[in-house]
Amino acid sequence: MDTTKVIDWDKVGRDAQQKRIFTQLTFIIPVAVLFVMVILAIFAPLLAPYPYDQIAMSDRLMAPFFMDGGSTSHILGTDNMGRDILSRLIYGAQISLSVAVMVIAITAGIGTALGIVSGYIGGRTDAFLMRITDISLAFPAILIAILLAATIGPGYWTVVIALSFLGWAPYARLIRGEALKLREADFVAQARIIGTSPMRVMIRHIFPNIINPLIIMVTLSVGMVILTEAILSYLGAGIPAPAASWGNMVNDGRTYIDTAWWISFFPGAAIGLVVLAGNFLGDWLRDKLDPRLRQI
Amino acid sequence: MSKVLLQVEDLHSFFFTRKGVVKAVDGISFHVNEGETFGIVGESGCGKTVTGLSILRLLPEPAGQIVGGKIILDGTNLLELDKKEMRTYRGRVISMILQDPMTSLNPVYTIGNQIAETVRLHQGLRDEKVDEEVISALRLLDIPSPEVVMGDYPFQLSGGMRQRVVGAIAMSCHPRLLIADEPTTALDATIQAQYIALFKDVQKKTNVSIIFITHDFGVVSNMCHRVAVMYAGKILETATTREIFKEPKHPYTSALMESVPHLGQKSGRLYSIKGQPPSLRDLPPGCRFFPRCPVAEDICQQQEPAEVEISEGHFVSCWKVK
Repeated sequence: MDTTKVIDWDKVGRDAQQKRIFTQLTFIIPVAVLFVMVILAIFAPLLAPYPYDQIAMSDRLMAPFFMDGGSTSHILGTDNMGRDILSRLIYGAQISLSVAVMVIAITAGIGTALGIVSGYIGGRTDAFLMRITDISLAFPAILIAILLAATIGPGYWTVVIALSFLGWAPYARLIRGEALKLREADFVAQARIIGTSPMRVMIRHIFPNIINPLIIMVTLSVGMVILTEAILSYLGAGIPAPAASWGNMVNDGRTYIDTAWWISFFPGAAIGLVVLAGNFLGDWLRDKLDPRLRQI
Repeated sequence: MSKVLLQVEDLHSFFFTRKGVVKAVDGISFHVNEGETFGIVGESGCGKTVTGLSILRLLPEPAGQIVGGKIILDGTNLLELDKKEMRTYRGRVISMILQDPMTSLNPVYTIGNQIAETVRLHQGLRDEKVDEEVISALRLLDIPSPEVVMGDYPFQLSGGMRQRVVGAIAMSCHPRLLIADEPTTALDATIQAQYIALFKDVQKKTNVSIIFITHDFGVVSNMCHRVAVMYAGKILETATTREIFKEPKHPYTSALMESVPHLGQKSGRLYSIKGQPPSLRDLPPGCRFFPRCPVAEDICQQQEPAEVEISEGHFVSCWKVK
């Protein structure tokens, strides 16, 4: 019996090509989604057909244009107060994305600084900082955020503070591990040999070498932050009405879910889309930037 | 007679680990003259590198500590300097080259940028002057077209070229003492020979003193004026290179010499010293080499031999050598 398998090299080539196209799509699509969201957020006042808080009781609970009773004047329909869903969605992008940017800037900044110091200095400093990190990670973040919102009152900054309050800990963990590895690197020893101060070693030699994992972590947390903001707003501890946030829009539609599903559906879909885009982009970056996972 | 630049006296560097104290350097003394190359030879783990790092005071703290002795450079005891003063010595007065050129350059900066860092740190020059210094450092190490190499990243250079760049970084501030920790070990044989020739040339041009740490007697004979043979944290014999090769006095030195293959040697098994070096955690009493020594006597096991000067500049620690 002939056991040799004939390899169809053309097919191997075609498969590889398809795989390559697929991996490229996992980069292009999320980038496109995030790009569109950013454009919507920045140019919200120009792009939105109506102000986000314009109430028109006569038009309330209007269906999207493709359904019976819908009209092209309100493409995605209106909510229980007759506000245009599309306009609110666009303004909501502004809130969601700006919260994400603020929170990530704060948490990544604090986490990276603490992580580098902890990993590079080591010893007691490390033990102390890591115990604080452990404690932060042990708290249920959402409950703390609700507690904070309840104490200082809901609002944009409350959400930012609440999410930043514990959000730095995973960054500190990750970066500390990287710094710990780099501390033993020969080029760090070389830097010390030429008389570089510890501060300078951390800023100039450790930091640039941890940017890759940092970028991956940042992209992956875009989705998480937007999701948490939405959860807080949904629970009423986030951005208060009449400001539009995707989370409180989902909440608005809760009581009308069987009659006017579109109030909750579109902001929900927007959340899902951005979170997915962030995660896909993060995974793609990880594959690209992490040499241990790099494919030939 | 040339002036003494570095005097190391009774240096003790220990590592305090969970399993006990590791006496990596256990009371060594030597000096290095100006413009001289001083070799430290020994098996791996005998304390060569720790000696080098101790001079720069860069032992991995808190485990590694210098617990005793003096390191006097040009009249200043380095062990008495505070951290900040010590930093001004590193790179400017004393410099070091590490073993592996593949990992001792920072992958994210260009060559020029990395050399410039040292220059800026110690010389406080303006940008145009910095570039000049960088180029002259690259020229000193005989790197072709320095203006181009300056803009390259480490991964764009070959191993030999990278080791030259590491040398250029070390020499960029015209240090008086250069500690070279097995700089040729990671290079292949032809590049090794080039690198050694290059260093002799650099020394001629700059009159820098070099402490050359190696386990390769071939390199020693080529490069060093004087040599110390280290074993298990101690120096067993110090002499000029010529004398060590002609008349090794310590049984360990002679044994080492015999275990080096010679060109034209009749084939047969190469000589090797029986046994293993002692654990630095648990040193035997008496002479450290005793358990492996072919000529040992009772006294060797009981008492540690003192260092004796048997002829000018030739020191040996052995009961059998008078």
